[in-house]
Parts: sequence; structure tokens; C-alpha cells
Amino acid sequence: MSIDTLARADERVKSESVFAKLMKRPELGAIGGVVLVTVFFMITADHTMFTLSGIMNFMTPAAQLGILGIAAAMLMIGGEFDLSIGSMVAFAGMLFGVFVVNIGMPLIVAIPLTLAIAAALGATNGMIVLRTGLPSFIVTLAGLFVLRGAALVGLKLFTGGSTQLRGVREAVEGDFLAPIFSGDAFGFVMRWLAEAGIVDSFKSGVPKVPGIPVEILWFVAFALIATYILLRTPVGNWIFATGGDSLAAKNSGVPVRRVKISLFMLTAMAAALIAIITVIDAGSTDARRGFMKEFEAIIAAVIGGCLLTGGYGSAIGAFFGAIIFGMVTIGLTYTHFDQDWFQVFLGAMLLLAVIFNNVIRRRVTGER
Amino acid sequence: MTAPIIHMENIKKHYGNVIALNGVTFDVRAGECHCLLGDNGAGKSTFIKTMSGVHKPTEGSITFEGKPLSFQSPRDAMEAGIATVFQDLAMIPLMSVTRNFFMGREPTKGKGIFKRFDIDTANEITMTEMRKMGINLRGPDQAVGTLSGGERQTVAIARAVYFGAKVLILDEPTSALGVRQTANVLATINRVRGQGIGVVFISHNVRHAMAVGDRFTVLNRGQTLGTASRGEITAAKLQDMMAGGQEMAELEGSLGGTI
Repeated sequence: MSIDTLARADERVKSESVFAKLMKRPELGAIGGVVLVTVFFMITADHTMFTLSGIMNFMTPAAQLGILGIAAAMLMIGGEFDLSIGSMVAFAGMLFGVFVVNIGMPLIVAIPLTLAIAAALGATNGMIVLRTGLPSFIVTLAGLFVLRGAALVGLKLFTGGSTQLRGVREAVEGDFLAPIFSGDAFGFVMRWLAEAGIVDSFKSGVPKVPGIPVEILWFVAFALIATYILLRTPVGNWIFATGGDSLAAKNSGVPVRRVKISLFMLTAMAAALIAIITVIDAGSTDARRGFMKEFEAIIAAVIGGCLLTGGYGSAIGAFFGAIIFGMVTIGLTYTHFDQDWFQVFLGAMLLLAVIFNNVIRRRVTGER
Repeated sequence: MTAPIIHMENIKKHYGNVIALNGVTFDVRAGECHCLLGDNGAGKSTFIKTMSGVHKPTEGSITFEGKPLSFQSPRDAMEAGIATVFQDLAMIPLMSVTRNFFMGREPTKGKGIFKRFDIDTANEITMTEMRKMGINLRGPDQAVGTLSGGERQTVAIARAVYFGAKVLILDEPTSALGVRQTANVLATINRVRGQGIGVVFISHNVRHAMAVGDRFTVLNRGQTLGTASRGEITAAKLQDMMAGGQEMAELEGSLGGTI
């Protein structure tokens, strides 16, 4: 058979429609979910939910969860879990609080130090998983308790018995790095838009939305960078390969150990970043910070199309997964429903997403 | 005849008091297909693992392109140009053909932090290489999981050839395949041989070996029973040697020549 005859299309292969191609993307479920949830709240919720200030209201918690969710998604694609990220938020928050309040470090020292310690702890998690060959699920479950406990003990130690450390806002006030990690950005744009009458403003002329909360910008930037890395760099290919079959990846020359340890460091640093942002925002830190966030992050990743077995998923999916989360948590307060329906909704959503992902996986691999 | 690319002389491999290989002599020349035949447990796997650098031999010498050589790791062997396609293929079903093809060896473009996976070039090379092997992909983004066993085998072979293999070791490439797919893989072996690559074809199926082999070496109980060229030996004789002599002939007689 010559190459020419083979260049003809195989007659048994039907050309694929754009729709069929879209059906194979991992983030499809999450985007569909966002549409469904939006329609649901359009019908049931007060119309103020979808005004600019309403959107900022639900995007803020979405962003805080989403940064964790995207990191968790990348780790899941790499074939591992990290159940310690929620506790890491509390632990890193405690460290950060002690650094700025008790020791009086400026942010330019305190932030890199907090991130570095978190990264070292993440690397330790990864090293233990690789050395022992145990499932990361168990290893990081231990981390969940160890870090939560350490955060509690640390707080009591440095506050003289209290589980809350106050005074962060006063300590960081005026620091030149503070605006990058707290408050609202692009305030001047909002004021300008308010003057032009494009966005709503109070009678005094001050815009109702003073700016975009910085975590939303972090969230969007992180989603874009993560997607770029996954889809367009060799490292992204290594992450998929490592999660798909680490032995096959290793035999093909992928530095599997380095990939896994880097991903554990990334999730830990994402948790530390959330700790820094939320602690500055609240002005204090406590031992319950980040409670249950590890599960919520994994749920966001799964809604975003990640397979529990690794090797498949998307950062953009986790981005939308986190938005669904934010919309439902905050959105229910705009409706007449009892807010506690949230958890029921969450569980149902997770189950649906897992079933849906399984179908998509069969479709991609052509299993019948 | 040209000099062999790799020559393995009197290779012995002991695991504690178990003698897995007890004097195996084997060589491969450029552009030939040398079949290594043997029944299960004859030592085929141990031998190819020695050849591909996974195991170090207890005794014996390896000469690669005329120079004595000892591989410290599979990576050494790979860099020297010995590529092995194992039965499990080292393919990831959820990933696209392109991503599998370049796994661990991605082409890049751009500099510094803008250095990125050159996916267009990668796609193009994959499509061309696969077409050369006689497989028309639906698209470079097709997941490997959707390919048939024979096609996956071909992707693995094409990948090894593209990355400059001089010796290609195929571990039972046809053992799990249907008739049509086997024919395709054998045709691929023929193509690869035509490009001047030395192919080591491991099998216990004499008919598949006879279809493409230039030389045949039979391994039995950790020893080579000799090498024969094409035309010097019949399929029945090879079958006999693999089984270790008489019993097979008797068994075959009683089964009416169906094996």
C-alpha cells in the first residue's frame, strides 16, 4: 500500500461534528453546570444576584476555593490527592499571623517565608508518598490532622492560650505589598465607570462596587497559567503522563518523581496563598480556617472533569467547578430556600459529576 | 555479510541459585530481522532485559558497534540506540497519540519562560510517521485508548524508529493480536527492517517468525540451541527445538498436526 492511497481518509470514520468534539473536553460538564445553575438562580433568586455587586459577592468565595481547586486539579491529573490543604490553610495562616504580628516582619519577608515553609511541607508529603509507595490519600490524611493540630497548638502558644490571633490588619497597614494580597483592585476604573453612569453608584457618587477583589484576579490569572502549563508545555505533558501511568511515563523518560513533588509543593503553596489573602482580609486568623476546604477543592476539581484515577482533567474545569460552588453557596441567600440545602446540592453535584466523568472517559478511550 | 550492530557472547544470568540464562549467544545486523524463539520460561524475557540494560549479565560480553560495552541502566541502552517495545507498550490510553509519541521528549519552541510544547510540529510529525507505517489516524488528538492493539504496537514502533533506534527489540508483539492486526504488525516490521534497523523479534509463534525472519535462534532452558538462516530450517524443526525434542513431535502427531 503506498502512502498516497493511505492519505485518503478512512471510509469507516465519519467526520466529527464540532459538538462531538466538544463532548470530549473534560471541562464540558463544569461549563454545563454553570449554565444550569445560572438558569436556576435567574428563575428563583432575587434579580440583584446578577448585578455587578451580586456577581462580586459570589465570585469572592469562588475565587478563594478556586485557587485551591485548580492546584488540587493539577495534582489529581498527576495521579495524587492532597487532603492536607485545608489544614495547611490554618497552619500557614498561623505562621503568617505570627510572622507579621508577633515578630513584626514586613510582608516582603513574611509572605515568601510562609510560602517557602508550605512548599517544604508539600515536598515532604510528596517525598513520603514516593518513598513508601503508599496511597497519597492516607499519607495526606495524616497531614490533615497533624497540621490542624499544629495550627491549634501554635496559636495557643503565641497568643497565650487563645485560638485566635488578632491584629493582622493593623500590622500590615501601609505595607506596600498589602494591596496585592488584599482589598479591591482597579478602584479607579470603577469610579470612572460610575461617573460615566455605566455601573451603579450610591447617591454620593461612590460606585457600589469599589473594585475587583484581588483574589478574583489571582484566581483568573492562576486558571490561565495552569491551563497554559497543562496544555502547551512539556511539563504539562509530563503531568498527564505521570497521572496516566507513572511506570510508562518513567520508562519514556518523564521525571515522574520531580513532577509529583512539584505538584505537592504547588498545592501547599496555593493553600498558603489563600491563608495569606484571607488572613489579611479578616485581620485575624484562627484554627478553624480552611476547615473542609480539602474536600471542597477536590469536589471542584471533580466537577471540573478530573478523574479520581488521574491522568485526565482540566484547570479551566476546576475554575468553573469553583464558580458553581460560589454561586450555590451565596445564591441560596438570594432565594427563599433554606440555605442548608447547600450541602445536599453539593453531594448531588459531586455524584452526578463522577458519573458523568466516567461516561466521558469511556467515550475518550473508546471503551465499550 | 555486514558486522553485527550488537553482539552478545555467552551471556549468563544467575538469580541466587537459579540459573536463568546459561550461555546465550546472539547478534543482530543492520537491516535484518533476527527471531528469538522459545517457549514460556525459556529465558526470553530475561535475555531481552539484559540486552536493553534492565539487568546486568552475571557473565558474558556485549559488543556494540565493535566496542565492548556494559549498560548501567535502560537509559544508557536507549541512548546508544537500543529501543525496546515491551508487551505493556508504555502507552497511556487517555492521552492523545501525539502526546504519547513525544512523551518525555517534547519538541519545544520559544525561549525562557515562553518555551512551550510545539504542538503543531508534534502533530505533524506524528501524522507523517504514522502514515509511513501504514496507519491513517483520525487525527493527532485521537486518544491511544481508541486504537486497536496492532495500531498501538505500531505507534510504539514508530516512536522508537523516529527517535533513532538502531536496534529494535519487540517483545512478543503479535501474541495478543488477531489475524489482520498480526499481518499489519509483521508488515511494519518489514518496513522498519527496510530502513536499515536491526530488529529482534521475540515470539513463541513459529509461523509469525517464519513470515518475517531472516535468522532464527532458539532458546531452551536458558541456552541457545543454535542459529539458522532463512531457508535452512523448516517450521516443524523450529517447533521441535523450542519444545525440547521428542514429546512435541509425538503430541503433534496425536493432535493431527494442528499445532
